[in-house]
Formats: sequence, C-alpha cells, structure tokens
Amino acid sequence: MTELVAETGQIVRRHRLSTRIWHWVNAGTVLVMLMSGLMIFNAHPRLYWGAYGANYDPAWLEIGAAEGRGYLRVGEMRFDTTGVLGVSAHDGRRWSVAFPSWATIPGGYDLALARRWHLTFAWLLALGLAAFAVASLANGHLRRDLAPGRRELAPGHLWDEVKAHARLHFPTGEAARRYNALQKLAYLGVLVILLPAMVVSGLAMSPSMDATLPWIVDLFGGRQTARSVHFIAAWLIVGFVVVHLVMVLLSGPLNGVRAMITGRYRLPEARR
Amino acid sequence: MKRAGGAAMTGLTRRTLLRSAGLAAPGLLLGASDALAASPSVRDIVLGSGEWLSYRVHRLIGSEALAREFDASEMSPKFRTNGNTRPRSPEWRRQADEGFASWSLQVDGLVEAPLSLSLAELKAMPARTQITRHDCVEGWSAIGQWTGVPLATVLATTRLKPAARYIVFHCADDFDGTAYYESIDLVDAMHPQTILAYGMNGADLPTGHGAPLRLRVERQLGYKHAKFVMRIEAVALLGPVGGGKGGFWEDTIGYDWYAGI
Repeated sequence: MTELVAETGQIVRRHRLSTRIWHWVNAGTVLVMLMSGLMIFNAHPRLYWGAYGANYDPAWLEIGAAEGRGYLRVGEMRFDTTGVLGVSAHDGRRWSVAFPSWATIPGGYDLALARRWHLTFAWLLALGLAAFAVASLANGHLRRDLAPGRRELAPGHLWDEVKAHARLHFPTGEAARRYNALQKLAYLGVLVILLPAMVVSGLAMSPSMDATLPWIVDLFGGRQTARSVHFIAAWLIVGFVVVHLVMVLLSGPLNGVRAMITGRYRLPEARR
Repeated sequence: MKRAGGAAMTGLTRRTLLRSAGLAAPGLLLGASDALAASPSVRDIVLGSGEWLSYRVHRLIGSEALAREFDASEMSPKFRTNGNTRPRSPEWRRQADEGFASWSLQVDGLVEAPLSLSLAELKAMPARTQITRHDCVEGWSAIGQWTGVPLATVLATTRLKPAARYIVFHCADDFDGTAYYESIDLVDAMHPQTILAYGMNGADLPTGHGAPLRLRVERQLGYKHAKFVMRIEAVALLGPVGGGKGGFWEDTIGYDWYAGI
C-alpha cells in the first residue's frame, strides 16, 4: 500500500494475492456447488423440518407438477411456475423436473454425477474457506479490512451508507481505499456465516458424519432441518452474488474486476 | 459534465457486455462441465476423488462410531418403501407363499465354514433392536425400528478367511433381469449396528421393506441396505463381482460405492 495520500484517479494496491486467488476459486466452486446442488434437490424436491421427512410427511416447501403445470409451494402459498420450476423445456421437450436443465449440473437428470460434482467440489469449498480464513487471520485482512469499527456500526452511519448506496453514490478518493461498512457486513456475513453454514449443514446430511460427530446434526435439530438450512443458505449466497454483481457493475466494473485480478485499483474521482 | 456523460456511455456499453457475459457464464459452465464429465476418467477419477477422500477421512476419524438411535416417540408415522417392493423371482414367491418356512440364507465365499441358515435359526440367534434414521440418496429420511442378527455374529460362526476384504449381499429382486446386489467393507460388516434385519417396527419385515431379510448398515445411504437378501459372500476383491463396482446402482448408473455422505 502506498504511503502517500491518495489523489483521485491514483492507482493503489487493493487486494492481496490470497484474497484474489480465493475469490476466483471460490466463485467457480460456488457456481458448481449451486448448479450440482439444484440437480441433487431435483431428486426429491421437498423440504422438511426435523429429523425425518419423506413423501408421507408434510413438506414446508415443494416444487412439483400437476396436470402439465409446474408449481412452487411454500407453506400455504402456491405459485404457478410453469416454464421454470416444476415443468420446463429440455431438448425441445417439456418435462417435469423441479429446477430446469439450464440451471443444473449435469444438464439432464443424473443424481449420481451431480453428487460427484458436488461432493468433490465440496472439498475445494471447505478447504479453500479454511485456508482463506487462516490466511486472513494471519495477514490481518480480517481485523484490518473486514471487521467494522464501532463508529461504522452506529445506526446513523449505517443508514447514511444505505442512503448513499440507494442513490448510487459510492465512496471516492481516499474513502474508496477501504471497504465501506455495508461491504464489510456483506463479506463477513458470507465468510463467517453463510459459507460455514453451507459446509456444516452439508456435513450434517452425511449419515457417517452424524455417527462420528453427532453434535453437527444437533446444531440444526435434525437432518431434514439441516437440509432445509442448506437450501436456504444456498439461496442467500445467490442473493449475495446477485447484489455483489450489480454493485460491481454500477461502481465501475472494469476497475473492480481488474482490482480482483491484478490487485491494482484506480481510486474513483470525487463527484461534483 | 462532458466527462461524466462519456463515463455513463462507456459504463452502459460495458454493462451490457458484462451482463451478457454474466448470463452466459452458467451456460458455458454447464456445457463445459457436461463435456468434461463425458470422459470416463474425469467422471470416475477426478470427480470420484471427493468420495474417495470422504471414505478415507471417515474411516480415519470414526470407523467405530455408532449411528444415533432414537426413541420410539421419534419414529416416522409411515415409512415409505423404495426400489423393488416385491421380487419377481418364482423361487422367492414360492417361499413367500409358504411364509418363508423353507427359505434359507447362504453364507459362503472366503469363509472357513460355509453355512445355510433358516429364518428360524436366524431368529434364534442373539438379536439387536435399534431405532435408526434411514437416509435415501435422493434426500429423504425416515426413522424406523429394526430387529435382527448382527452380521458380525453370523460371520463369526462361519469364520472369515484372512483374504476376505468385502462382504457381498446377493438379493432376490432384480431390475431388468439383473439381480440386485450390494457390498460393504469389513469395518461396516463388523460394526455392532450392522444387522441382518427380519423385523421392522415390532413385526415381521414387510414385503416392501425386503422380507424376509434385509441388511441395515446404519452409517450409509439407503441403496446400500440390500433387501430380499438370499446369499452373503465374502470376497477379496470387488472387481469380479457383477459389473465390478461393488453394487447394482454403482454398476448401472454410477452411484458411489461408499455411501457415507
């Protein structure tokens, strides 16, 4: 990092190598995990709370097809989702499947292969997360760049940042060197809550791990609850990625993507 | 002002460009992933590495661990069936009609004393009853009560030869003429909760759940729990058995042999 006071337009070193490597490995891994996970979900597109849950038991969420129409049911609410969920086109034919073939790995129905993608990339996700966590603790990334200060967490400050984001007023000059409080909270939420929740709820679904480390499944109160949490946390990560991509696009995509590839970031000029 | 306008213009073009790239990424990934997985070596070796690693780690950290046993109040009200629910084999049907009075279990392969056990003889052996959770590879779970003879007790009677490494279960049901079979390693075979179950929820094992005898191997997924078991064979290698991958679904659609996750 340069010691000089940054002038607008100045190029600064923004992201460490460990952050950049993890970002891109993780981006690919999360996409493979999501798409293969959707295929696995297609094998039994119903979610339950508790230790058990199968076809005779009440599902809180269900994706299905009836009379050629696809639907998503959440609790008592039922939505017609024909074309996307429940019934969609594949190889020019309409077929009944929860998530459409364009969203799954592999593209057709293949539980065995989807599990191989998922359970191999799961190691990459978990070990990558662990390595990044250790590196971020060691090099101060977590403490210096990600942990929000007391002042940043003050409701007034957070509200000011929300208003600035809503007006698409992003930090410029010296302030753009650091993550703002909303960024810190979002990145920490994914790093400390959502990704660990994915790994732990995934392990809780393993009958062998449940025998070896029973507290894992106890954290959730049952294997089917863990499966539901796994599904919900996956969509929260999708939500993060969508917001993240929108923010990158709105705040100068080439500068942002370049910074995450080369580490070099041009401080945006102040607005007049 | 002029400069701001210029930035907005490029921003828009970049935005459009990146948006198309963003939408294309999953499509490209899907195309690439399907192309990669078409190669048997990618499918079996690269993508099989996660399962292989899980198997090694599970064996390292918890080969003796017991599966959770539940209280009777925690059981599924109704336990669904899966796979074949009634074998087509004429022999099995004749035996079923006779209440399995003339049915017997063969235990052979790499054992010192091959054995044939009637249902009455199995029921006379020391039994274990356990209420456990059954996890299907598809994602659902059901909790039921199982009663049977620990597999280790049967194997102790026949005495395994030193070369034996796996236990294979040959079943009466078939898919398109191929009889179902499954196999487990000796860690699972000797595990105290691995039982040959003849009873479920306090009654005789129902037909849909594999009458008269099914395997319960509680730390693995449902397809390992062979139903309608007719013969148990101790082997040194899985290669010569069936299609070589240790089980019917392993051979036909590529489910992983180790199903602990």
